Amino acid sequence: MFFEQLRLALQAIMRNRLRSLLTVLGIVIGVGAVIAMVTIGNGTTARVTADLARLGSNVLFVSPGQFGPGRASADAKPFTLRDVDAMRSQLASVKAVAPLSQKSQTIVYGAQSRTVSISGTDNAYFVAQAWALQQGRFYYDSEVRGGLPVCIIGQTVRKELFGSSDPISRRIRIGSIACETIGVLEAKGQSSFGSDQDDTVVMPIRTFQRRIAGNVDVGRIQVSANDGADTGLVQADIERLLRERRRISIGEEDDFSVRDMKQVAQAQTGTTSMLTGLLGAVAAVSLLVGGIGIMNIMLVSVTERTREIGIRLAIGALEHQVLTQFLVEAVVLSLFGGALGIAVGLALAAAATSALEVPLLIDLKIVILAFAFSAIVGIVFGYFPARRAARLNPIEALRHE
Amino acid sequence: MRALANVDLRIDAGEFVAIMGPSGSGKSTVMNIIGALDTPTSGTFLFEGVDMTALSRNQLALVRRSFLGFVFQGFNLLARTPAIENVELPLVYRGMVAAERRAIASKALARVGLAGREQHTSSELSGGQQQRVAIARAIVTDPAVLLADEPTGNLDTATSREIMDLVTSLNVDQGITVVMVTHENDIAAYARRIVRFVDGRIESDVANTRAA
Ligand SMILES: Nc1ncnc2c1ncn2[C@@H]1O[C@H](COP(=O)(O)OP(=O)(O)OP(=O)(O)O)[C@@H](O)[C@H]1O
Ligand SMILES: [Mg+2]
Repeated sequence: MFFEQLRLALQAIMRNRLRSLLTVLGIVIGVGAVIAMVTIGNGTTARVTADLARLGSNVLFVSPGQFGPGRASADAKPFTLRDVDAMRSQLASVKAVAPLSQKSQTIVYGAQSRTVSISGTDNAYFVAQAWALQQGRFYYDSEVRGGLPVCIIGQTVRKELFGSSDPISRRIRIGSIACETIGVLEAKGQSSFGSDQDDTVVMPIRTFQRRIAGNVDVGRIQVSANDGADTGLVQADIERLLRERRRISIGEEDDFSVRDMKQVAQAQTGTTSMLTGLLGAVAAVSLLVGGIGIMNIMLVSVTERTREIGIRLAIGALEHQVLTQFLVEAVVLSLFGGALGIAVGLALAAAATSALEVPLLIDLKIVILAFAFSAIVGIVFGYFPARRAARLNPIEALRHE
Repeated sequence: MRALANVDLRIDAGEFVAIMGPSGSGKSTVMNIIGALDTPTSGTFLFEGVDMTALSRNQLALVRRSFLGFVFQGFNLLARTPAIENVELPLVYRGMVAAERRAIASKALARVGLAGREQHTSSELSGGQQQRVAIARAIVTDPAVLLADEPTGNLDTATSREIMDLVTSLNVDQGITVVMVTHENDIAAYARRIVRFVDGRIESDVANTRAA
């Protein structure tokens, strides 16, 4: 009996192929949006998690100012190298403390020029970042102390500026300085947030301060705790030390912030959650519109087939049998839309994840959920037309032309 | 205006009754009541002693599917549907499995002389053939009563005779009660009792002594 009704439903849907397709468009869009959104979101999360694991959860970022609503970081006092030295000498359980100042600047080599992120730091940065050299060497202490123009470059810079030729000992022009290339970093790929980490030039912090920034500031400080150390304790130590150095009295708020990688990632994903909410709203509206579309077409179908329904009722179909027939038809229709939406959503997700270079992770749970949800839309919006069909008066229905 | 008024009619099991009368005299209306499709606005209709006016829609549907076979005025076959599926339809709603009902429906089609036309849709069948599909659909459930509203309307004499021979054999050989509406005297002549309607009343109700 059920199989019979399934066959009837498919027959009715196939009879009006184009109409059926247009009817389910709303559901296709709704389900597609949800599937694409969730799949892309999962890929991004997996990417961030993988990056966190690689970087280690024991990295802390210290920045001047406070972040959050109503708080400006611009007027907070910047750090200096003396802060870095103090942290190096006074913090326990710390593997590396790296100063980091950054600026975007155009660099030139021969006929090639390129705007990249310039970082001023020292060898501790490579320890904190767990970033190895592919070629060349790190800085000598004398180079760091003297602020000499020596650069370590990322893979993208190497490729774009030097092509296949050897970059070591070549001089790159960066603003007013000619920086000698002493090392090439291993490829790191995109960051969790989509920027190319290999499109960078790293120089000693003093070189950066004097020749690029023209001040003695340290933008932020990256601290890498020892493996197995309690980052919470390290964080508290840093806060105590900096409050003291910056003369913040008791009861006053910090004018700097110390965050671990997880908190940084959370701050980043906060912005995407709004986008997620927006897409969710689009999906909900599409599903509602899709459901109304199905109800509309089912009502048309019931009117068109009044005579057929009359015949079925007259020769012994019970009310619930006619009801089920039309309900099955509505559900098959919406499931068809759901399946199509899943296909469209996954295709979109595949395209987007490959563009974002994040993994394509298909969550079977959400696919099943989307499918179940389309079935529910079919039942809810198909019920009213189906009931109308089942309640037809057989004699009047038979007279219907 | 009333389609029927003061109708008092008793039909016993095994009878073969023809209902005659001018157009609009209420023949189809009375057939719909006997066929448990309609209930009178006043008065009662007893079937096997049960008051049909007291039954719910679903109970009436159960009476129809269990005891009655209906051949409608105008065939009322499902469009774009093969003959065999039209005949199977009452069995589908009884929950019979596909193989079994296909076999029974084939047999019913063979009985009305349509073996080999199972897959023809209504538009591929002549008027007489469609009428026979409608009869096959009415008898496929082995009903106790066969109700036929002008089963030979629009048919030529030879085809009409074939159909009437079939109906007569159902009545005589299988004991199925037959109630049939017709305009034609020579068709009514097959019945053993003729009831005439005029303006929604029974004008005459006589035994047909000439019936075969
Ligand atoms: N749905 C309806 N609403 C109101 N009046 C109706 C309806 N159906 C039929 N009638 C009226 O009831 C009367 C009997 O109609 P019925 O269909 O029973 O006639 P009939 O004897 O079968 O005629 P025919 O030989 O043309 O089929 C007619 O006067 C008709 O106008
Ligand atoms: Mg009539």
